[in-house]
Amino acid sequence: MSKTFKIGGIHPSDSKLSRGAAIEVFGLPQTVTIPVAQHIGAPAVTCVAKGDQVKTGQVIATAAGFVSSNIHSSVSGVVTSVDDVPDAGGMRRKAVTIQVEGDQWAEGIDRSDKLMSSVTLSAKEIVEKITAAGIVGMGGATFPTHVKLSIPPGKKAECLIINGVECEPYLTSDHRVMLERSEELLVGVQILCKALGVEKAYIGIEKNKPDAIAHLKGLVSKYPGVEVVPLKVQYPQGGEKQLIDAVVGRQVPSGALPIEVGAVVQNVGTALAVYEAVQKNKPLIERVVTVTGKSVKTPANYLVRIGTPIEALIERSGGVPDDCEKIVNGGPMMGRALSNPTAPVTKGTSGILLMRTKEARRPAATTCISCAKCVAVCPMGLEPYLIYKLACKTMLAEAEEHRATDCIECGSCSYACPAALPLLDRIRLAKAGVMKIARERAIKQK
Amino acid sequence: MSLLLSTILTLCVLGVLSAVILYVVARKFKVYEDPRIDEAEAMLPGANCGGCGFPGCRGLAGALVKEDDISALFCPVGGAGVMTAVAVYLGKAAPEREPQVAVVRCGGSCGNRPRTNTFDGASSCAVMSSLYAGDTACSHGCLGKGDCVVVCNFDAIFVNPETGLPEVDEERCTACGACVKACPKGVIELRRKGPKGRRVFVSCISKDKGAISRKACNVSCIACTKCQKVCAFEAITIENSLAYIDSNKCKLCRKCAPECPTRAIREVNFPPRLVRVAESEAKVGTKAEVVDVEPENK
Repeated sequence: MSKTFKIGGIHPSDSKLSRGAAIEVFGLPQTVTIPVAQHIGAPAVTCVAKGDQVKTGQVIATAAGFVSSNIHSSVSGVVTSVDDVPDAGGMRRKAVTIQVEGDQWAEGIDRSDKLMSSVTLSAKEIVEKITAAGIVGMGGATFPTHVKLSIPPGKKAECLIINGVECEPYLTSDHRVMLERSEELLVGVQILCKALGVEKAYIGIEKNKPDAIAHLKGLVSKYPGVEVVPLKVQYPQGGEKQLIDAVVGRQVPSGALPIEVGAVVQNVGTALAVYEAVQKNKPLIERVVTVTGKSVKTPANYLVRIGTPIEALIERSGGVPDDCEKIVNGGPMMGRALSNPTAPVTKGTSGILLMRTKEARRPAATTCISCAKCVAVCPMGLEPYLIYKLACKTMLAEAEEHRATDCIECGSCSYACPAALPLLDRIRLAKAGVMKIARERAIKQK
Repeated sequence: MSLLLSTILTLCVLGVLSAVILYVVARKFKVYEDPRIDEAEAMLPGANCGGCGFPGCRGLAGALVKEDDISALFCPVGGAGVMTAVAVYLGKAAPEREPQVAVVRCGGSCGNRPRTNTFDGASSCAVMSSLYAGDTACSHGCLGKGDCVVVCNFDAIFVNPETGLPEVDEERCTACGACVKACPKGVIELRRKGPKGRRVFVSCISKDKGAISRKACNVSCIACTKCQKVCAFEAITIENSLAYIDSNKCKLCRKCAPECPTRAIREVNFPPRLVRVAESEAKVGTKAEVVDVEPENK
């Protein structure tokens, strides 16, 4: 019996159409639009103006506080505007638009392919470099990595868990990184271990990626303390708390952070970015994005500069198919429908999914029959049907009692519901409402 | 026989004993409540809508009896009539408040504001606005899913299927403010009802720059400041690319409305503009006519 998390979970078809497509360098677009808020926390403050010449890797916006992140130019060229532009959801947010001219890199960045495997810097220097490089969690949550690596006083990290689960159907960007950038990834893991002061690192990989498991298992002997942990396929195993449960069998208490049980989780994409930042001085300016879908001509994995318009990626993969009804930013479970295809690729864009009408249409919602399937599949042990009903009646105090804020928005409940109720839509609303009243309460207590 | 008699007697004694206990307990633990609260509550409309800021009519009645100065308390449903009656009964000065009405400040109907995508999630404005900007290029305006309709206790607001926008039934609207709270975009505002229900207001809340909002919607405010220039009462302020008419300063002269190039300023319950219409017709006319007229004027 292989390892997995113990509460709830579902088994959607994995549909990894692009698992065999090697990472393809996308090349330079004509213009890039780089939003200043690509992470959780305060939006960065721009430090360039219209007309400025910028080089690839140059800082264009600096972190506004501890929980924030630097933003770098992903291309070289001229800043054409610093203005509000519509993001993937159509909301206007501040972004820097750069007209691409050549490909001049900022000084100090090592662009060679040579593997630099010796880690010479101290833990403090590593975290400083990661902070400067603007690295955020690349699994999609975009939480600044340096914050995760700064262990609060009184707590101690015991192990590092590398998230190579990629439990979202369709997405294959992490899978390809594990296959093609494995050595760099493993050095990145060692750097993270050193930064945290831990000896043990686990790389959790689901068994639907046997090639990645075999490949990394063959390599880890060179890297002491690193262990590959094959996991049973189950969604949402890529959730931080689920992964900790699956790999080391510890349960993170409600409302607590993983460090409470001595674990720190980082995505494989993040580990690769850490390698590049620390060993090569290269800030986070590009990432691997999967473009996929049942009727997409060539599902692919592209290495894309941040700020490239999403529609350019779709165009490269054969354009929007005729039967495409919905474009999703992310995977089918947690991704959000994209209302504006001109929006740019950001640090958290792991994939673009073009759904056919058949898959995209949501069936008409009927009535809850109290079958409790949602309760059975909820990986956080919540009662989604109940929180849903409380949210419909805006009974936020009761929703808080039923731990609405513990919801990780994985969508398992909506997936399992035979009545096709929009459970997650409402629960997300309740969660936001509860967080708001909790904040207000905290201010009052002060 | 004696069995029957003793049973009846025992029961009677028990009954009397319980009555005495109940009487003593009721006396001992009696909570005094001002009888005027009941009376005042009976005078209030009994809608329990929460428009006064209290959970229900009894809450307001309690406050009306308790407070010496009741000028801050008002029942928007009952209006001045009910408040005067209650104040007279309580022997206090009646609070005064101008009648208000809910106003939908968005003109982005299906015709004026083209839909750019289709939303297929839960039919709720709150859900929709938590996910993205909306199904049009305007990220500020009405989403049209009718959260305001759901919360209205008085059946006073409904979504017009032709325009996709909510409309307020002025007769029924009590200005309780439930729709104002329910709207996630802040489209609805409580405004002075005005004499004979006459009002002038900017029917747009888009804070985008003129060029952007105009692209998204035909009737958006583009902050051209024409209305502000023509207003003699300084009732119009422009902030964040959006004009706002202060209903307390507006004298209902209606000079601003025809100036608005996008017709974002709405005037309601006025008699038709007879003179104005004739003038504007002459102005609009065909090009040839205008050319003919101009030399004569010179």
